[in-house]
Amino acid sequence: MYRSPRCSTFHDFRDLSEAFFTYHLSPFTSSSNVTSSNLLRSLRTSPWIWSYLGALLVWLAAIVFTHGYGAGGMLTAGLALAVFSVITGVAQMFVITLGPGNIDLSLPANIGLASAVAMKVMGGADAMTAAGIFAALFSGIAIGFGNYLLIWLLRIPPIIATLSGSFIIQSIGISYGRGLQIKPPPGFADFTTVQMLGIPVLTIGTVIFTIGVGIVLHRTIYGRSVLAIGQNPRAAWLAGMKVERIRCLTYVLSGALGGICGALLAGYFRGSSLEIGDEYLLASIALVVIGGTSVAGGKANVAGLWGAGLFLVLLLTMLNTFGVSAGIRYVVTGLVIIGVIVAAGGDKQVR
Amino acid sequence: MTSAGGDGGIASPSRGRGLGSLAGFASSRRFLRAALPGISLALVIAGIAWLNPRAISYFGINLMLNLSIPVALATIAQMFVITVNDLDLSIGNFVSFVACVGATWLRDNPPLGIAVLAAAVGIYALIGAVIHLRNVPSIVVTLGMLFVWQGAAILVLPKPGGKSPVWMHDLMNLRTPYIPFPIVAAIVIATIVHFGLMQTSYGAILRGSGGNPVAISRAGWSLLKTKILMFALAGLFGVFSGLALIGLTTSADANIGKGYTLLSIAGVILGGGEFVGGRVSPIGAVIGALTLTLAGTLLNFMRISPDWQVGAEGAILIIVLAARALINVRSER
Repeated sequence: MYRSPRCSTFHDFRDLSEAFFTYHLSPFTSSSNVTSSNLLRSLRTSPWIWSYLGALLVWLAAIVFTHGYGAGGMLTAGLALAVFSVITGVAQMFVITLGPGNIDLSLPANIGLASAVAMKVMGGADAMTAAGIFAALFSGIAIGFGNYLLIWLLRIPPIIATLSGSFIIQSIGISYGRGLQIKPPPGFADFTTVQMLGIPVLTIGTVIFTIGVGIVLHRTIYGRSVLAIGQNPRAAWLAGMKVERIRCLTYVLSGALGGICGALLAGYFRGSSLEIGDEYLLASIALVVIGGTSVAGGKANVAGLWGAGLFLVLLLTMLNTFGVSAGIRYVVTGLVIIGVIVAAGGDKQVR
Repeated sequence: MTSAGGDGGIASPSRGRGLGSLAGFASSRRFLRAALPGISLALVIAGIAWLNPRAISYFGINLMLNLSIPVALATIAQMFVITVNDLDLSIGNFVSFVACVGATWLRDNPPLGIAVLAAAVGIYALIGAVIHLRNVPSIVVTLGMLFVWQGAAILVLPKPGGKSPVWMHDLMNLRTPYIPFPIVAAIVIATIVHFGLMQTSYGAILRGSGGNPVAISRAGWSLLKTKILMFALAGLFGVFSGLALIGLTTSADANIGKGYTLLSIAGVILGGGEFVGGRVSPIGAVIGALTLTLAGTLLNFMRISPDWQVGAEGAILIIVLAARALINVRSER
């Protein structure tokens, strides 16, 4: 059987946990008595369409409630805010696609630290913007590499490795960012909010980026290796893939995206804070799940990330326009995520 | 697979073979691994005693270990979930929710409070059933529940406040003779759970359903039942943890237990629990919780800024895992 020389515990973990995840957890394909009209068939084969339908639905509900007032504004704000969850979603998607047990819990801490690093390096000066972004990127890459080292050296499941790593990153962030109240350079701050025909430039950039991600995932050796490892690490290894190198690259990629996201968030919200990334752990995992990526690994969906991101942001917008309290908002968000994963879970346990 | 040590679960065949041929090494490895939580705790206590000998007294220990009771209870809750190969990311927010209910309804209207807490344990059982029946990853489901509990806590207690029930406050401030109450509580918790999970035959089934679910189900036991029971127990100990917490703090707020999710996972792992395979140790988990609580005190005595408190917890976790990895490498040779 496939055993990488350094990672025995990790693969024992895989062997066991594979029994607990179905291999191909295809969302929404469970009900077998669906009549096979064309629309339904395309919904079944491309479950990510659901996320766009959901986004449209909550947006319409919000508009109906306000009698059409602020419809465009809601969409613009939704498109802008979805950017950050999509970037973290891409990071989490690559990691989760590596297979069961792979997850990056250090994203929030990573984003918090990167936002502080970016603001400190930029120091409010436009000339230092690029340097600040590079510093945030570097901080993210270092964190991703650190995560992988822990997984590899200690042979522990990625959940525990990224968790204990995030403890340490948090402390570094607290100590580094203490009393830090640096505003982002005006040029950089404007860049994160400027719009073109009502569409935020950042959104356009991120859409182009995600198209690139789709190409990387499906058309490059790296992307296809990630998918192959997620489907069957042993087969991938026997096929001559450098499994550990791909895994390392993926955690580094996740860290790097977290770093970039931290810098952008600090620009968008006009300053860094350690809690700035807190909501993006749930958001990133929720996007992956709702967007039709398989939680069992080996099957990723980039397009679904946007649908899911818009859905979650617009859901919150809708609840806000309804004027519900923060408590209700949390409960509904939680129930929606559980509802989607439970609906997607579908099949009986495969043994 | 019913051995009392941490190695209860069934490992993958490849590792099992290695162990068989190296029985001598295996037993020393098992001993080392079982001793690791105790050694870490002893090191932390020794550090405290060296830096501040006066802290090792009845009142000093009471002060230092008070908060370890709710942490230990939450750790046990997490351990039940980890036993069946799942992870509960919502336990911290659940503890907050329980604390909010405890400081409001349970005090003002005990029957209502008890009913709500019982329903909450029921929801935990339901989550276990859903995770099993729909075969969905527990991380995602409990991440959703994290939001549900947080929202519910805010709805129950929008602003920090409330007051703990008098009996809970009295219980947590009990003055036991000779041995400080937190130590008595830790021993009681560890003994009860150890007996139930490690010594009874159904406890072996429960651990087995994490170690080798196929075998357990072929032997005619219901995996659904074990999953529901383990999640319900997690909910029950989460309730205990929340109530113990407000007994100490006397008032509650919606974020009071936020750090407990990470602490509880860290506690289980520190205590020698494996992440999968039903290999857990209740005594180790309680020791892990005590170690984490005392680590904060040790840092204070070392005059290390509180900024590094969380980082130190992470570092301790990594060091212990590194020690464990080292033991495993040596025994594999």
